[in-house]
Amino acid sequence: MSVRGSSEWDGIVASKTPVSLRALPIGTLYRGGEGMWTWVLQRITGVSVFFFLFVHVLDTALVRVSPEAYDLIIATYKTPIVNVLEVGLVGAVLYHALNGIRIILIDFWKRGPRVQRQMTWVVAGVWLVVMIPGTYYMMIHTIDALFGSTP
Amino acid sequence: MSSAPLAAPRSGSRTKQRSNFELYGWLFMRISGIVLVVLVLGHLFIMNILDGGVQRINFAFVAGRWASPFWQIWDLSMLWLAMLHGGNGMRTIINDYAERNQTRFWLKMLLYVSTAFIIALGTLVIFTFDPSLG
Repeated sequence: MSVRGSSEWDGIVASKTPVSLRALPIGTLYRGGEGMWTWVLQRITGVSVFFFLFVHVLDTALVRVSPEAYDLIIATYKTPIVNVLEVGLVGAVLYHALNGIRIILIDFWKRGPRVQRQMTWVVAGVWLVVMIPGTYYMMIHTIDALFGSTP
Repeated sequence: MSSAPLAAPRSGSRTKQRSNFELYGWLFMRISGIVLVVLVLGHLFIMNILDGGVQRINFAFVAGRWASPFWQIWDLSMLWLAMLHGGNGMRTIINDYAERNQTRFWLKMLLYVSTAFIIALGTLVIFTFDPSLG
């Protein structure tokens, strides 16, 4: 109540001015602008990866059933559609990891809060630099199977 | 100068013993997060990118890896840390968005039971894996 009751917050919520043009008071890291969206993405990627982890432990547990059962489920991981989902999984984990490092730097590094916006762009840059060749190597078999000349 | 003795305070002590659970949870997310960056990104790189990626994975590949205690410890640490890190994240999200007490309680019960089940199953699989099946 004390936070929401302040006129400073009400002004931000009511204002139609784009976030980038407003002089944000201290403490608005998670409301509006890049700070909020990185936080939203951190939650979405975290939940997605957690649900995949459940499935992944279950499919790996098939090594205790039989080699055939395990190889059968792993064969689905090699199909083109699931291959694309794997790129999405790696992208989600990589974002979650990079932004997690940014959060740790904001919390523990003296200059962290002041350069948090610049760190957002470093996260985006590193993500792209890793994902472009990463996607190529993850999909090379699928691309070859779908479009390659060799059968 | 003598004054009447003060009556014993009727309200309980205001400095109630508060749990530091949320502080430790917050710290755990950061420490486990740093370790998981290495464990999970390493795992994803080996399994999905290196040397043909997912196309080369089968029972024999798993048997070869788990023959080494190094990868057994790697996978076991990754399982426990990732499940606890993810479970605590889910707990935070349930606390944030489930507004009814009953909903919040049962969602967290479901989370704790399923998380404990997956950790137990994964641990069992790593410790009782039998390569001679292949």
